[in-house]
Amino acid sequence: MTTPTRRHILGIYGERLAAEYLISLGYEILERNWRCRIGEIDLIARDRDRWVFVEVKTRNGAGYGSGFEAITEEKIARLRRLVGEWCRLRQLAGIQVRIDAIAVMVDHGKVKLEHLKQVF
Amino acid sequence: MALASTKAIALFGLGGTLIDVEADISSNLPNFILVGLPDASLSESTDRVRSACSNSGLPMPGRRITVNLSPASVPKRGSSFDLAIAVAVLAAAGQVSNVESWLHVGELALDGTIKRVNGVLPSLLAAKQLGWNRFIVPLENLAEASSVQGVEIKGFDHLTQVAAFHGSQVEPRVSTFSQASISKPNRKQLCYSDVLGQQEAIDALVVAATGGHHMLMVGSPGAGKTMLAERLPSILPELTLEQAIETAAVESLSGLSGAISTTPPFRAPHHNASASALIGGGLAIPRPGLISLAHNGVLFLDEAPEFQQPALESLRQPLESGEVFISRAAGVARFPARFQLLMAANPCPCGFAWDSTKECRCTAQAKVRYLQKLSGPLIDRVDISLRINPVPKALQNVRGEPSSLLAERVMAGRENGRRRLQNTPWNLNGQIPGSYLRRHLRPSEKSVAQLDAALERGLISMRGYDRCLRIAYTLADLDQVAAPSATHVARAIYLRGAHLG
Repeated sequence: MTTPTRRHILGIYGERLAAEYLISLGYEILERNWRCRIGEIDLIARDRDRWVFVEVKTRNGAGYGSGFEAITEEKIARLRRLVGEWCRLRQLAGIQVRIDAIAVMVDHGKVKLEHLKQVF
Repeated sequence: MALASTKAIALFGLGGTLIDVEADISSNLPNFILVGLPDASLSESTDRVRSACSNSGLPMPGRRITVNLSPASVPKRGSSFDLAIAVAVLAAAGQVSNVESWLHVGELALDGTIKRVNGVLPSLLAAKQLGWNRFIVPLENLAEASSVQGVEIKGFDHLTQVAAFHGSQVEPRVSTFSQASISKPNRKQLCYSDVLGQQEAIDALVVAATGGHHMLMVGSPGAGKTMLAERLPSILPELTLEQAIETAAVESLSGLSGAISTTPPFRAPHHNASASALIGGGLAIPRPGLISLAHNGVLFLDEAPEFQQPALESLRQPLESGEVFISRAAGVARFPARFQLLMAANPCPCGFAWDSTKECRCTAQAKVRYLQKLSGPLIDRVDISLRINPVPKALQNVRGEPSSLLAERVMAGRENGRRRLQNTPWNLNGQIPGSYLRRHLRPSEKSVAQLDAALERGLISMRGYDRCLRIAYTLADLDQVAAPSATHVARAIYLRGAHLG
């Protein structure tokens, strides 16, 4: 079980990096790894009057392309459902939401972070 | 720059529309969207382009790429847009620049090799007509493309070479696929000196070649009809460059070599060919048929009565107009089809009706029905009908004249005819319509006396009269005289073949 663990650690590392990055932009982090029965949202943050839901993908080496390529249509669709679920549980209505994606690339000790806003 | 465009061309028939290939890169999750009415094979282009780029060391941006083929209302098909799409995307990603002024044609392999596509020659001709003059084509198509004069053409066989040409830093690579050898074996030169004892038929073929007359040969099996027909191109004058390009453009469209050759084409379809195979067809997009592939050359229908009736009848209109229009859902395509029709037939289903040594077992009715399959309207367009007899023993070692000598006579005869037709739209006697013939080219009363008498007695029709005049003029051309004499007219009546019934 070494490989899953290592991948898990890499994922946690990437999500922490992404959170730090968002804080540096002035976002307020509301939730990390929020879970419910449908799935998980990596980061939920607040950018002034907007609630931002972030999917983070971390990749080790560029062999299989950027992390963004792993975010499929289905994943985005699930994220949309999760956003609805989160709003329902928090009893929030009429708020402005946004779904973002962040790709973290770790390559030979160097880290590169890319941020795409409003990916639907 | 997140937005870039280059040019491509969408062919329809031999005409085309210039297509703007626009690529836009927007910050969104990676996706590759192709819009602008692509067909199934063109929609797959996105996958080829993506792999070709990344395997060429020119990675695609990890963002949403939208490619638009404009005008979006023109249907586009096939794989020849791959190169233009790849170049537009690379330009949008800032990897190459100054691509707007080039028109790209080519299919990409997954490793970035640029593969040959059909229809490069007509594409370039059409684009040139629309005012475009800078082209990038697959290296394998460069030979056929170079026959287009007065334009700038580059041939490449790998995407990296194109990228480097457009200013990318990528190391140009050579395609790893082995090149198909370009040299073609010279077509075996046939010669009439191979034909034994058919002097009369060869003379008739010389007349047909000189005047561009359509011809029918009727005779027993083994008399040499096919052998005679196959050698017709050897006495036809070479094509002019313009004609050769026209013919090569049609060939290129149908996936044949597309190489420029000045030898007139000779097409001999098998008798199971359908009407669509002959005149052209295709599901949504029209493709040229055999009559267009025989443009400026010879279409030989061996065993003509065995062809399906609709196939034979479909030849009537193109024989008249020298072109063919194919209508399909996507529009109407025009293909050139000025060919010389040569037909061969047996006199009856068993073939021995005229053979004194063998017995014919066909019923009278079967015989009539057999040759009647060549319908009146079709036969009307055939000027020369000749009976080919089996070679008698005494003539079996008499060789025909060599084709090279006959070709000189044909050339000289045509030259003579061209002088007479100088200020008309026609070049050959076989093309002159009856009305013009009767009004402007009436020979002296004395020489046509025999013809007038035959007309009066109802032996020949008015159309038959015209045909005799046309042949008579060709005979006069071969004898290097200005107008036919009574002898020429008499021979013309014979060649017209009334005796065949």
